[in-house]
Amino acid sequence: MKIVHSWLLDLAKSLPDDVDAIAETLSDIGLACESVDRVGATVAGVITARVIKTERHPDAAKVHRVFLDCGDGTEHHVWCGAFNMQPGDIIPWATPGTTMPDGRAIETKPIVGIPSEGMCCSARELGLGDDHGGILILDPDTPVGVPYGKALGLAEEVVYDLDVLRNRPDAYGHVGVARDLAARFGVPFSASDGSIKATGTLKSAPVEIVAGDRCPRFTTIVISGVRVTSSPDWMASRLAAAGMRSINNVVDVSNYVMLETNQPNHAYDFERLGGGGFRIRLAREGETMVTLDDVERTLTVEDLLICDLDDRPIGLAGIMGGQNTEISDDTTVIALETAWFEPLGIMKSVQRNGLRSEASARFERGMDPYGIDASVSRFIELLRLTCPDLVVHEGAVDARTEHLPKPVVIDVRPTRVGALLGAQFSAQEIISLIAPLGFVGALHGDTISVTVPTWRPDCTLEVDIIEEVARHYGYSRLGATVPKSTQPGGLSPVQQRRRRVRDVVLGLGVSEAMPHPFLTDGDLDRAGLSNVAVRLLNPLAVGDDVLRTSLRPGLLKAVAFNESHRRSGVALFEVGHVYPPSEDVLPAEHEVLAVVLAGREAPAAVAVWRELASAMGWGARLDQSVVSAGLHPTRSATLSAGRDVVGIVGEVHPDVLDAYGISQRVAILEVNLSLLLASEPKVAQWKPTSRFPSSDIDLAFTVPTSVTAEKFEKSLRQNAGALLVDIALFDVYRTDASAESRSLAFRLRLQANDRTLTDADVAEVRDKCIAGARKLGAQLR
Amino acid sequence: MIEAIDAARSAAEARIAAASTVDELRALDTELLGKKSALADVKAGLGKLATVEEKKSAGQAVNEAMTAVRSALDARIAVVARAERDVQLAAEALDLTEHFVAPGRGRPHIVTQAWQRLEDVFVGLGFQVAEGPEVETDWYNFEALNMPPSHPARSMHDTFYVDHGATGSTVLRTHTSPVQIRVMQTVKPPIYMIMPGRVFRNETTDATHLAVFHQIEGLVIDKGITLADLAGTIDAFTKAFFGEGFGSRLRPSYFPFTEPSAEFDIRTPDGSWLELGGCGMVHPNVLRAGGLDPEEWSGFAFGFGIDRMAKERHGVGDVREMYTNDIRFIEQF
Repeated sequence: MKIVHSWLLDLAKSLPDDVDAIAETLSDIGLACESVDRVGATVAGVITARVIKTERHPDAAKVHRVFLDCGDGTEHHVWCGAFNMQPGDIIPWATPGTTMPDGRAIETKPIVGIPSEGMCCSARELGLGDDHGGILILDPDTPVGVPYGKALGLAEEVVYDLDVLRNRPDAYGHVGVARDLAARFGVPFSASDGSIKATGTLKSAPVEIVAGDRCPRFTTIVISGVRVTSSPDWMASRLAAAGMRSINNVVDVSNYVMLETNQPNHAYDFERLGGGGFRIRLAREGETMVTLDDVERTLTVEDLLICDLDDRPIGLAGIMGGQNTEISDDTTVIALETAWFEPLGIMKSVQRNGLRSEASARFERGMDPYGIDASVSRFIELLRLTCPDLVVHEGAVDARTEHLPKPVVIDVRPTRVGALLGAQFSAQEIISLIAPLGFVGALHGDTISVTVPTWRPDCTLEVDIIEEVARHYGYSRLGATVPKSTQPGGLSPVQQRRRRVRDVVLGLGVSEAMPHPFLTDGDLDRAGLSNVAVRLLNPLAVGDDVLRTSLRPGLLKAVAFNESHRRSGVALFEVGHVYPPSEDVLPAEHEVLAVVLAGREAPAAVAVWRELASAMGWGARLDQSVVSAGLHPTRSATLSAGRDVVGIVGEVHPDVLDAYGISQRVAILEVNLSLLLASEPKVAQWKPTSRFPSSDIDLAFTVPTSVTAEKFEKSLRQNAGALLVDIALFDVYRTDASAESRSLAFRLRLQANDRTLTDADVAEVRDKCIAGARKLGAQLR
Repeated sequence: MIEAIDAARSAAEARIAAASTVDELRALDTELLGKKSALADVKAGLGKLATVEEKKSAGQAVNEAMTAVRSALDARIAVVARAERDVQLAAEALDLTEHFVAPGRGRPHIVTQAWQRLEDVFVGLGFQVAEGPEVETDWYNFEALNMPPSHPARSMHDTFYVDHGATGSTVLRTHTSPVQIRVMQTVKPPIYMIMPGRVFRNETTDATHLAVFHQIEGLVIDKGITLADLAGTIDAFTKAFFGEGFGSRLRPSYFPFTEPSAEFDIRTPDGSWLELGGCGMVHPNVLRAGGLDPEEWSGFAFGFGIDRMAKERHGVGDVREMYTNDIRFIEQF
């Protein structure tokens, strides 16, 4: 919201004329000042000059010669590319040596050998708006040879750009901001009292409110003696500073009053108003009207219309007027409409029609239902400046329905104020802190009855008043204390375990990726995964609507990306959520760890799993008989613990790699962390290390392919019995992949806690292992 | 006899002097002093001598000779072993800057690093850490946070709606605040919790905005908690996380779920201010939604972005860079 410094000072004359102090205070009272801008600064060196004559030159088609008089008795010559001036016009002339706002230096430059002394300026070139259609023609009474800024009455304005939050609709207007500032600075503030003196004959614009819940108040007043002309320069300049274009005196006053009092209004050409009055009703489904922006709008039964008494729509209520009753240069009698609309209905209508305006921005946030009179009075006062013959007619209409909000009264306990703010305030202190903001407090026993000003619809609870106390006392003056937590701080066991998981995976040389949690159907298809998934209803990009059911597609895209940037062999992991569908209130969201090792084969992923399982105390069977979709069918396994599937390990299917454009193998591990982290791992218990010597035996067997190494090793463990302290597979030999058996070589370390082993002990273990292996169809080599 | 002893000793000493390796010298130990050595032979022949005096003097001479040979041998071994070790050490010389890049440690994501640093600081301040789902019900994300349906503040949140259950009933959480409600419903106060997590906003991404990002939220609920306690906690966090030279301030602001509400800014040692996050006293309606009586309990909440912490700390120019999963980015940290 653009708030003009000089305007604030008009409303609260004793505010400090100190831009920094105002800007800082605005932020301190919750009207965050995002920036302070200076606008309307004039360009030095640009002066007014009268066009003496213009001439074409046969050798210069795109420009003509303009001869200027600036009152110094010399005829100046300028080449100009715009042809909109006539002899006698006064124009702004940038003299040689001027630097334009866009940085151009104006010099004396020749065209076809004839020098051009400077430049004639358009409005845009001088920062006076968007008009670049031709040279700016000034008022014919403008003196020549003076700085154009002085001639135009341009004033440099300081503008505060405020980030006004939704709870402060009143701060959209200068009055609301000035009131808050005056309260903080402890200076008086005066707003229009709202008295209207009608002197004219009875002339009324009657009002019929059909949709009383949507339009609880609608006022009209008829004003004649209007002369449509231009606005005073000071008003045009303030409007420009606040970001609005000057159009004519009537429109400008309408806008000016809105920017000041915050109350939107609309002036209709009374002569063109069918039936001379208003009817406010809901639109009919499919009803159309052309709004001021020249767009035909198709409406629904939820849009509120302002119609004339012929039931012809003349405005989309609270949003934009229609073209048919727009005031024109010939207008002399206006009907001024000022109303209060129910905010939510306006908000919905704005969203449905995709049409926003300065008025709708205010109505949808909630105007002061009782601020109308002051704005009407101000409108008349300001319009009279340009229309001295203005007549305000008797017969003003103030139509209200029972839906008009009533002033709110809130009970505030001073003890509660202290309890919430941490600083004690007496009832009297509270009453006087909030009084300048418009809150009227009266003490009844231990409680203050606070009447909320009607421009503050945000205040409905005791705590809202407490905020006002804090805000105007100053948050920074309330002190800073640190509450003593009576509980110990710390991570939960699950959180500690999750950190341990990360540490282990990181220690294995795997780096952390964070792919996007949204996928496309294509991502799932290419990964060989089902596209049964939960979808976004309003994705950022069409098709990017799948809530991921697997971390795999994201990591595969990361592998592909890195491979395409000549970084093969990346090792990446992600700890993240997946959101599979569920019949419950929410999807079956859970946390997953996924590891991809590009350029590595399945055993590398198994090694990661084993290291993790050992570090975390996890246990699971590798079941190669069950391979999930998208994985290499002969190099992958399901990790099962009891009846639970806790994850998968192995390699990504070559079809999937092809689909993702990956030309290396990718080993993969995925585990359900929500499941695995939930159980507390057993704490490792001490086993005494023996002081007696150990003996190693190496045993190599020819083992049928049908017997897994895991199963075979388990048999060796069982048969070696209590003397076994360590066993490790140290060699695998396969003649070819299709052979029915392969050689597995294990080293067993045997040791007793109470004696040195004898040859007989070792031989017994060896014999038992061989016998056990035979039962599995394995032969000692 | 004595001559024979002297000869044997001389011969032994000559052999020791001539030996040049430790292995040779270890072999000489047996040869010169073992059972079959010349001196041993002399010792064995002592019994054949006639007189006790002869036996005594010859015996003494043999023992002296053997002791002398032993010490000559030991001394020589020490010298040769030293020399041999010196040769070995010289031969083993390495240039330790001949460095081959080995697969090193993995790198945690910088957002995870910031997340964990924040958790650690708050744990030090006595906070525990709570988590909640990323796909949320409308009730937890909005309604329980004092934003009933059609509350205008909902339009401040660009919400992703999820096709699950009745239309509009399920969203991707737009902030970590729904976890506040879940905590209030399950934990009996006093509550001193932080709630880090992933959040979602349906807005176009640019150098400083992401549609998917991370927030950390704090919630304190206890008896007699005040706005001054909020200011003090924010300040304690600021100093613990950023350093002693930093300060903080609260500015009035607006959030539907807190009242009074504030923005909190961080003052850097050079005196400039950075807007960090939002905070405020938990709104009575929010306490009620969490099943707590606002007359009995009061509390404050605060929240801010984690991604920005990572971005600022490492000077990342564009937040989107953090999510490219480009190993050349990841390996920098």
